[in-house]
Amino acid sequence: MIRVELVKLVLRPRTWVILGMLVALPTLVAILLAVTDIAPGPGEGPPFLSAVLSDGTLFPLAALGVVLPLFLPIAVAVLGGDAVAGEVQSGTLRYLLARPVGRLRLLVAKLVTVVAFVVIAVLVVAVVAYVEGRLLLGTAPAAGTVSLSGSTLTPAQLAWRTALALAYMVVCMLGVAAVALFLSTVSSSAIGAALGTVGVLIGSTVLLGLDAAQALHPFLPTRYWLAFVDLFRDPVLWDDVVRGTLVQLGYLVVFGLAAWANFSTSDVDD
Amino acid sequence: MSEQPVIRTRALTKRYGELRAVDAVDLEVGEGDVYGFLGANGSGKTTTVRMLLGLVLPTSGEAQVLGEPMPEARASVLPQVGALVEGPGAYDHLSGRLNLSLLDAAGPDALPRAQRRSRIDEVLEQVGLDPGDRRPVRAYSLGMRQRLGLGAALMRRPRLLVLDEPTNGLDPQGISEIRTLLLALNAGGTTIFLSSHLLAEIEQMCTTVGVLDRGRLVLQERLDTLLRPTGLVEVHSPDARTATMLLGDAVVEAAGERLLVRADDAAGLNRHLVSAGVRVARLGPYERDLEQVVLDASSVAPPTPSSRVEVLT
Repeated sequence: MIRVELVKLVLRPRTWVILGMLVALPTLVAILLAVTDIAPGPGEGPPFLSAVLSDGTLFPLAALGVVLPLFLPIAVAVLGGDAVAGEVQSGTLRYLLARPVGRLRLLVAKLVTVVAFVVIAVLVVAVVAYVEGRLLLGTAPAAGTVSLSGSTLTPAQLAWRTALALAYMVVCMLGVAAVALFLSTVSSSAIGAALGTVGVLIGSTVLLGLDAAQALHPFLPTRYWLAFVDLFRDPVLWDDVVRGTLVQLGYLVVFGLAAWANFSTSDVDD
Repeated sequence: MSEQPVIRTRALTKRYGELRAVDAVDLEVGEGDVYGFLGANGSGKTTTVRMLLGLVLPTSGEAQVLGEPMPEARASVLPQVGALVEGPGAYDHLSGRLNLSLLDAAGPDALPRAQRRSRIDEVLEQVGLDPGDRRPVRAYSLGMRQRLGLGAALMRRPRLLVLDEPTNGLDPQGISEIRTLLLALNAGGTTIFLSSHLLAEIEQMCTTVGVLDRGRLVLQERLDTLLRPTGLVEVHSPDARTATMLLGDAVVEAAGERLLVRADDAAGLNRHLVSAGVRVARLGPYERDLEQVVLDASSVAPPTPSSRVEVLT
């Protein structure tokens, strides 16, 4: 069933459009930076973007920092929201279930497919951004990349920290995927489920800016999204990365179970 | 026919809040039957079909399909069942072939690749679609989609076909083709459970009829029993009153110039009437058609006036 879902993902034109859009924004940023040579000041704008003019090898991280807060979650919300509700809308859910495909199996396949998409999207953005960074932006200093703490990272160190950062970004999308999947089992409209998920994320962002909601902050899904920056300190500052991972796993478990509880007992009478 | 029914339900009930969509239905479908499941729109046919397939969970009662309880045994029952429920469903951007292929691959008993390809060719041929057609389903007409849905139901060579309005959207030519196909499958041993609101369709194909009226099964009988000779003769005569007096108790129904008379021999009745000076305009054995039967059965339970209506009047 997972294989079938992956084939469906690949055969869907929409998948490629979303991937194209994810790549397009960092590309535009790279071109603008290369042409104007105006980088945001240190500490301003998306992470790492201030440094890429002098060190192009950091551009994959900067590019992901650009797409992570908005583009990538929206893509996940759209795909996750479509998971069950989309099958309802195309009239295919009843035929899948009567084939029969177990309901739990279907949910797991859908979730795995969304996560697979995130992995591919993150890798594609990183690779494209790496090429762009080498071609358009500054080459790496011979001495090695300077970490956020001021020390120098060897290319090997930079490579595994980048890999870790990519993995962390995938983890950050697990919560979004689980929320979208749950809403997709509740709503029979794919767009409704996707918008609901985006609503949750916007709500989380709003609460993060509100001091009165301090007590809630550690539990908000978007709270630790940019914690991958801490992987480039020397030594690595693990606290927020670990907390972020736990929060995402928490959302995955809670909303995954909710999706299963709802879907396994619901009547399919679209 | 084996003793074990292919479908059997006992007091199968589905309630949505106060509404009893399906109310204590006892279905019995034998092996090799073509079972016509009739009922008006909204009478609960589709909900019943969905319960048989494990898509909708019953509120109470039980359902057995191929001798096993549903929905519990769906993993072992459903691979032997082909279904078309409330219109076909397909991924619009993919070809018909690819739709069949993906649906087959999704199941627990997916065919090996080469076998799947040849089975898809066969099935598309059977339902009258071109196996070489690479167009996306988006470009299909309603009739073609319906054929594709039927093809999907046939993929596994099912023992039981559950078809909800299978000829929807087909032209008369297509309907006749599909009927021929279904009868051939039935001759090969496939039991067919056919839900429809088209009486003519049922009358031409089915061996057994079940009628659902507002969620209740009001009739379940073999078609030949339902339509057997009534032993009545229908007489149209301008001298109906004279004839009524002449025939006495044999007249079971009189309305204007039309009489229904209990008589074994229509020709003998005719001679009897004419020799007594009764003019006969038309005379012949009275045959019930399915429409009559269904209407009679459905009116067994007239709508009970709700208390709210009484308050209003």
